[in-house]
Formats: sequence, C-alpha cells, structure tokens
Amino acid sequence: MNKITYREALNQAMAEEMTRDDRVFLMGEEVAEYNGAYKVSQGLLDKFGPKRVIDTPITELGFAGLGVGASMTGLRPVVEFMTWNFAILALDQIVNAAAKMKYMSGGQYSCPMVFRGAGGSAARVGAQHSQSLENWIANVPGLKVVMPSNPADAKGLLKASIRDNDTVIFIENEINYGDVGPVPEGEYIIPLGKADIKRVGTDVTIVAHSRMTGFALEAAKILAEQGIEAEVVDPRTIRPLDEDTIVASVVKTNCAVVVEEGWRFAGIGAEISARIMERAFDDLDAPVIRVTGKDVPMPYAANLELMALPSVADIVEAARVACGRA
Amino acid sequence: MANRLAARFKGRHDSQQYFLVGVAMSAEQKSGITHEGDFYSEEALHEMHDSMLFIRRFEEKAGQLYGLKKIGGFCHLCNGQEAVCVGLNSAADAKDYMMTSYRDHGHILARGTDPTAVMAELLGRAGGVVKGKGGSMHMFDIEKNFAGGNGIVGEQVPIGLGFGFSSWYKEDGRVTICIMGDGGINQGAVYESFNMAALWKLPIVFLVENNQYAMGTSLDRASAETQLYKRGISFKIPGIKIDGMDVLEFDKRMREAIEHARSGKGPMLVEANTYRYRGHSMSDPATYRTRAEVDEWRSGRDPIARLQNQMIAAGLSTEEAFKQKDKDIKKEVAAIAKAAEAQPEPGASELWTDIYSDPIEGAYPETGKVY
Ligand SMILES: Cc1ncc(C[n+]2csc(CCOP(=O)(O)OP(=O)(O)O)c2C)c(N)n1
Ligand SMILES: [Mg+2]
Repeated sequence: MNKITYREALNQAMAEEMTRDDRVFLMGEEVAEYNGAYKVSQGLLDKFGPKRVIDTPITELGFAGLGVGASMTGLRPVVEFMTWNFAILALDQIVNAAAKMKYMSGGQYSCPMVFRGAGGSAARVGAQHSQSLENWIANVPGLKVVMPSNPADAKGLLKASIRDNDTVIFIENEINYGDVGPVPEGEYIIPLGKADIKRVGTDVTIVAHSRMTGFALEAAKILAEQGIEAEVVDPRTIRPLDEDTIVASVVKTNCAVVVEEGWRFAGIGAEISARIMERAFDDLDAPVIRVTGKDVPMPYAANLELMALPSVADIVEAARVACGRA
Repeated sequence: MANRLAARFKGRHDSQQYFLVGVAMSAEQKSGITHEGDFYSEEALHEMHDSMLFIRRFEEKAGQLYGLKKIGGFCHLCNGQEAVCVGLNSAADAKDYMMTSYRDHGHILARGTDPTAVMAELLGRAGGVVKGKGGSMHMFDIEKNFAGGNGIVGEQVPIGLGFGFSSWYKEDGRVTICIMGDGGINQGAVYESFNMAALWKLPIVFLVENNQYAMGTSLDRASAETQLYKRGISFKIPGIKIDGMDVLEFDKRMREAIEHARSGKGPMLVEANTYRYRGHSMSDPATYRTRAEVDEWRSGRDPIARLQNQMIAAGLSTEEAFKQKDKDIKKEVAAIAKAAEAQPEPGASELWTDIYSDPIEGAYPETGKVY
C-alpha cells in the first residue's frame, strides 16, 4: 500500500470524486491558484480547470450560501474553509439553511454537499485560530460531522462524504496534514457512522477523535509498558455516532476515558460519557473520565499553550484512575 | 530609550499643530520642503523618517526571531507599508480610536506603544502588551486607544462601527480609524457597517490598506470594483485614494478625512495604495507575484527612501547621516529584542485570568481534573 500524507489522501479523494462525478466542484479561499493555504488542493486547478476549482474572495457567509444553493439545484459542492474558525462567519448558512432545508421544504429540497477545512488547535496561533468547534455543529440535527485521524481514514471518509446525500461537515486537523500512513489506492470508501478500533485492549477503553486519537495511541503504548492494555476507539464520525462500538468496548473493559481537544462544557466527551452511562451503566466499574482542553481561550505563550491542551500524560493518568490502577 | 517612539509621538499628539508648519509655524521655521502648500518642520520630518525606519527594522528583527523559532504561529510583517502606519498616526489625535487586522505591529508601534512590550508579546513573554496571551496577531493597548489586533478578516470593521457609535453617543469628539485590507473589504459585515455609519453620520474613517494582495489573491482576482475607495458610493460615503508610499501625502490627506469625520459630516472611506514587501505571513513564499513587480515597488516607490531623498535634496540631512541613523536604530532594535527575550514567560496562573471579570462559580477546577 502506498504511504502518503493526510493532506495527499484528502487531495486524492477530491481528485477521484471530481473525476467520477462532474457535478462535484471545489470552492474556497486560495484553493485554486495558490493550491490551498495548507496545500490540500495541490494540482486540482491544473487537473480540473478554473470552472471546477474556484478561488473566492474572503466572504465565507456568501460562498457557503452559494454552496447551499448550488447543492439544492443538483450540484455537489465541496466548500473549503481555510480553517473552521472562519466558518463561524458562515454558520447561518450551515445551521439555518443547509441543516434544515430538507425538513423545512418537506423533503422537496436537500443539500448534498461537503463543508471541509482544518479544525482543532494549531500551533501558537492564539485564541481565534486555535479551537475545536465540532460540538457546536454536531448539536444540529440535519448535519453529519466527520473527523478523520489518519491518512487512510481521511481518504475513505472524504470520498464517502462527497457521495453522501446530506450535508457533511468534514473537519480536518491542521497538525495532522503532514502525517504519513498507508492509504489504499482508488476506490476506498469508509461508510459514515462507523467507529474504528485503533488498538485492541481489555483493561480500559479510550475514546478519542481527530488528533487526540494519536495521543490516545501514544498513551496506550505507555500504559502497556505498565501492564495496562487500553482499547482505543476512534469514532471517526461524530454524528451519527457509532454508539454500539463504543458501548461494546466498555462492556468488555468496564471503564472508559473520553478524550477531546476542545472545551469540556457541553463537549463531545459529555455526549459520549452520557451515552455510556445510558447504555452501559451496569458494566461500569468507575465513572467515565473526560480528558479535555482547559476551559480557557487558547493562549499564545508557549508554556501556557502547552498547559491548555490535553497531553499524553493526562490520558495515561486518567486511564490509570479509571481502571483503578492509579 | 526603549520607549523612544512613544515619546516621539507623545510630543506630537500633545500639540497637534506643531509640525504642520503651514498651520502653526512661522515662515522662518519652514524646512523648505513643501507638500502641496504645506510646510513641515525639520524636526517633524526627522521624526517621520525615524519612525518609519524603526518600524522597518523592528519587523526585520521579528522576521529573524521567527526564523530562529523564537516567535511562533502566524506572523504578518508590514515592510513597505510604513508610511501608512506613520502618516496615519501623525494625522490622528491621541484620543482617536484605532483598530486593525492581524498585521498590527507597525500600527501599534506608530501609535506610541512601548516597542519592548510589542517585542515581548511576539516572544510570548510576561511583559508583552497583552501579557503574552495574544502574540503577533492580537496587539492591544487601551491607553493608546488601540483596539487590536484582530485575527478574523473583517472582524474589526463592525467593532469600529461600535467605537464610532460610542463617540457619537457620548459626543466626545473622537474619530475612529478602522483599518482593513483589500481582501477584508469584501466581507459582508463591512457593508452592513458602511450603511449604519453613513445612516447615523458616525465619526469613522474606514481605511483600506490596499497592499494589492490578500494572501495569494491579487486585487483584481477578488474584487469586481478594484477602485476600492468607490465601495462606499451606494452608501453615500465619500471616498479618496491616497498614495500610501508617500508619508507626507498620506498624512495630509488623512488629516482631511479625519477632519471630515470629526466635523460631524459622517464617515469617510480612504484607500491607501501600498505594497507589502514580504510574503503574507512568514510561511508564504509569495510565488504568485513576479520579482520585477516587487522590485518596482521596493526600489521605485519605497516610502523611506523617498523621504530621505526629499530631505537630502532640501539640505536637511545627508546620506551619511541617514546611514548612521540606520545603524543607531538597528542597535536600538537589537537591544529591545534582547531585553524582551530576557523576560520570563507568563506565570502558569495567567492561563486562568482575564476570562471573566470575577471567577465564576461552578467553573472547572484549574487542573481540569475532576477525579
Ligand atoms: C474570516 C477569515 N477568513 C480567512 C482568514 C485567513 N486569512 C488571513 S489573512 C487573509 C488575507 C487578508 O488579506 P487583506 O485583507 O488584503 O489583508 P493583508 O493581509 O493584505 O494585510 C486571509 C484569507 C481569516 N483570518 N479570517
Ligand atoms: Mg491585502
């Protein structure tokens, strides 16, 4: 299997889908001539021309709405936000239009499209450019939320998202763009709503998505050295959430840690631990522990930034507490 | 010494008319350099020159420190745009409000903020203008009426509208100078702001720093109307275009715009024609433009060289004197960087301050742990 970067895997997915279906087009800031602010769309302008790979002005609300309208009339837009921080300007179109169009129109119209871009914390870019907003969006019925943690998932999930008949919010991770991993060539589709067990274990379940999956795997290595076998579950799709896979793991290990980079308040970890409580209460030997970003805006100073983010050591400690081996 | 620029500008702001010779000084004091009938004192010209040069050398130092990984994240330099920063601050009053985007080092320096605090902020130190919490993109100085340092493109425009509204409400005689880029002007909220500002005749000067590019997108690839000063026409906002590479021209015309806003006639839209010499941020190789284009602006229109030539021609200085001045400023900037670097990082408890006015009940424990 070819080893390519997360960024190249996303690029491959778009190129393949654009070749397969000429209704698919890519639009966003710097996606064409600059080849993408993070080079995810490298070469797509050359391959598909300026009609299908389109540079926009800096007008997030406007081009998000353009995508909604285009999807309602049969096109398959992939709208790139340079980062999800800027998608906040477009939330009206995403939340009030795309998510609800099918419902409001009694099923007459739908918005089969992908909003994608980098989310999560980046490095040293401060409060406005470093945040995880997936819980905001995952709260909205009508949207699907996808967050790949490695190159293969990035490809398989993006292809599935572009083919999906609903609006998919596809949140990439800026720090993962350069990660290298094996990625199947050609037709490789990962169905939305399916979690993946990234490491099998018996002692404690660690649920982690996006960049935190890597952190959880690191933690699992350290735990293994200490004689604790952690099972790492990557939901991959936040909504719909693969509750069955998570619950099955907890039934096996009897304890769980949920990790997320974002804020704790009403976060993804809150949702997942509530579901574990609802479905596996009797199987739990201890309360579910959440490891999250600190409840503060992201600071710039290097030392403070490090403190604000969850660490591998935090996960190790939480896992030991959860399984009663602290 | 560290606060040299601040002292310089303080003097100027204290007596607004002291260097526009045409207004306040006698004919004998005239420097000999005229600009459309206005005369500048020798001292004022030196101040403008030194300030621009200071900003340039400061930015170069920031670039260097970024290369050494001492500054992190996004870092947007304003080399080439110094005349806008300096001309603007010589035209504005100290009491006037100002806000801009992430390309904010030059503006806050020209505003008179302590350069060591600005450098310390870039380095993420405790003595930074915002205690190391903001970094390059988020410079604020409430004492200088400088309200950021805003990282989201266009974000500061409706905020500037609010500052202008506040002055209208309080009748405090202040003008808000709300700065945006040629890319930022395309955001929808800008037009909502234009309409309200004109509707209520708010004392605001919307200043577009047209440096010809928004990241890799040239003006003509993003704007249907590339004469950006006309963007206010349908809101009845008068617009002017100024050569942003000529500090004297910029100062003079900006004064007129600010006066217009201060006199109760409502907002104005000013387009400053300028150029950024460096990439958009430190990670941008700027391959979207030709070397020849950059050279044309750099060697043909550089604002610092232009003023130097004017001053030499008027017998106010010499090439040697300017060379010496440059050496001095470089030394000063190096000392500032050293002093800033010597500062400690912010204390760990700073992570939890400045979020609410008072600590809120039920907040998560500072460790973030509940077990
Ligand atoms: C809402 C939003 N969208 C996108 C970005 C990413 N971005 C940062 S700067 C920039 C270009 C802005 O160009 P311009 O307004 O001309 O200002 P300049 O950088 O030239 O000073 C873009 C697209 C952002 N920060 N905010
Ligand atoms: Mg610009």
